[in-house]
Amino acid sequence: MKTSLLRIQAIVIKELLQLSRDKMTFGMVIMIPLVQLLLFAFAINTNVRNIPVGVVDHSQTSLSRVLQQTVSATGIITFTHSYHSVKAAQAAIDSSEVRAVLIIPADVSQRLVRHPSVGFGLPPSSKQETSRPVAQWLVDGSDTVIAGAIKGLRNMPLAELLDKPANRNTPTFEVTLLYNPEQRSVVNIVPGLVAVILTMTMIMFTSAAIVREQERGNMEMLITTPLASLELMIGKIFPYIFIGIIQVSIILGLGYWLFDVPFNGGLAQLAVATLLFICASLVLGLVISTIAKSQLQSMQMTVFILLPSILLSGFMFPYEGMPLPAQYIAEALPATHFIRLVRGVVLRDVAILEMSFDMLWLIGFTCFGLLVAALRFKKTLD
Amino acid sequence: MSTSDSNSNNDKFAINAEKLSKDFGALTAVSALDLQVEKQTIYGFLGPNGSGKTTAIRLLTGLLKPTSGQVNVLGCHLPQEANKLRLKIGYMTQKFSLYDDLTVKENLQFISRIYGLTANEQKARLSELLSTHQLTQQSKQLAGSMSGGQKQRLALAAAVIHRPKLLFLDEPTSAVDPQNRREFWEQLFDLCDQGTTILVSTHYMDEAERCHKLAILENGIKRADDSPQALMNNMAAQVVEVAANNLRHIKDNLIKLPQVISAAQLGTHLRVLVSKNESQPIALLQQQPCLKLTDKLAIVRPSLEDVFVSCTGQGVV
Repeated sequence: MKTSLLRIQAIVIKELLQLSRDKMTFGMVIMIPLVQLLLFAFAINTNVRNIPVGVVDHSQTSLSRVLQQTVSATGIITFTHSYHSVKAAQAAIDSSEVRAVLIIPADVSQRLVRHPSVGFGLPPSSKQETSRPVAQWLVDGSDTVIAGAIKGLRNMPLAELLDKPANRNTPTFEVTLLYNPEQRSVVNIVPGLVAVILTMTMIMFTSAAIVREQERGNMEMLITTPLASLELMIGKIFPYIFIGIIQVSIILGLGYWLFDVPFNGGLAQLAVATLLFICASLVLGLVISTIAKSQLQSMQMTVFILLPSILLSGFMFPYEGMPLPAQYIAEALPATHFIRLVRGVVLRDVAILEMSFDMLWLIGFTCFGLLVAALRFKKTLD
Repeated sequence: MSTSDSNSNNDKFAINAEKLSKDFGALTAVSALDLQVEKQTIYGFLGPNGSGKTTAIRLLTGLLKPTSGQVNVLGCHLPQEANKLRLKIGYMTQKFSLYDDLTVKENLQFISRIYGLTANEQKARLSELLSTHQLTQQSKQLAGSMSGGQKQRLALAAAVIHRPKLLFLDEPTSAVDPQNRREFWEQLFDLCDQGTTILVSTHYMDEAERCHKLAILENGIKRADDSPQALMNNMAAQVVEVAANNLRHIKDNLIKLPQVISAAQLGTHLRVLVSKNESQPIALLQQQPCLKLTDKLAIVRPSLEDVFVSCTGQGVV
């Protein structure tokens, strides 16, 4: 037992020495979380604003101009172009000059006064023209997010257009937004980013670990020594646990100070959840390392794991919205479980014990993976 | 074989293998190898590339499981007791397999921790090894930046750090110059003198000649084994040296004779191996029309290369 610890210690010291000589990798440890946090936290924004749109104004009245101003006041769109015909507008959409076009008909004022939202009461349904919409949107529907944002304008109130007091209907539901009342994307993204960056760096580091020893010929020497495969595996992942903790500190620290991500949960809870996820990711990397024949192959397999970890884990899109088979795949990824844990702890101050399923899953994954890696890595050569 | 017999054998021999075979699919890398290596000797494996030297060493170190046969190394039955054996043996790989991005000292510290040396033992052993293997000045140098000879000394130092009773060297001198090779062998004899048994594989004749005992391997089969001197004395051929002009032409004619095993040119001479069954080798060759009466023929002392050629049946070199 004592000699076993000594052997693990030998591997750990060796890994740290090698890492300290590898300036590039050492720099990446700091730079990857730093750059990606700044990039994603600023860039990823699910609230669409300032979509460039055009207008075809057949009416050319002051009312049509006021209508344009009211629409652009929502902030969702910006009128960048004006076209004289619907045909020209459609061509502009084809060439991606604008994403949508507002077509204001010549009889816009008549349509407007008869519009129910203006407040002259409901017109008799027999008169078809009275219930016609005021104007029409022509939208490039290929991007569902943009199309959705413009569809949201369908029922915008028009009362203030006619200098009438806003006719606020009593909403069907009252909505109270917990945890992120201002609806800032960054609050949801920063904790999720912890999972994505750890998945990337942790799997990448260890997936190359065993392969590198093989490629450089060191494995031939190691297998002749009393070093057991489990000792090698543990020694290999140990130094990277600290690197993972450094990266988490960078992401959450910057998220807190730079982006005002609320930090509701306890640090100890966060540390436990993060440690579990780091171990699970490192072990996943080790398993890859025992399968891959070269560092290039191990890199390809890392990407193979990384992409679903970004797209299916709930980092980008809500887990609940995915079809069932995709949910099963997501369920198999450590990142999915960790994103639930970290969002729970950081944003909602949930005790991790209340999310014991995700915790147990990560523990089970780590133990199983370590066993698979140790068994796959054969001590004998045949 | 009775128990007492095998026990006394195990006392006498560091390695005792019977009918050891290893197949890789259809290929038989080592075939029915019988091997007995006495303690405190240097034993050589001589053979061309692909003759099964490395596979044989890996079988004897417990890295590979034999397809059939019995092996006992230092009293450990393989492959069952391979883990126990690992603490008692040292293994120097064919290619430099320590870490290029660690210094000499860091490499040795790493290996000594792997073998469970305590901090005090480690310090004393390391300074001893560094001075024995003339690496004290390089102790802070990265292993990757050292010359072939220095790397080889480091590899040897690492292989003996835990004072193994048995040392395996797989083509240890393939990357070093003759001067370094000489010094390297001096180290090996020192180790042997201190009680270490050494098994070394090589394809250099001069190196093989230094071994106490030698096994000649070809296609996984042991063709001969004995001391180099005995091998040369008991060779199944006699060596006739021919001094003449037009040696290429003479060679082409002589090797057609059934009694001639091989003929190889060495500068101005032709070395002809004639079967031992031929009682008058000089007379036989002299009769050949391609030789003139003025050409000088003489029976000379066989070299290890002659033994190798006559054993391995490669025929014409």
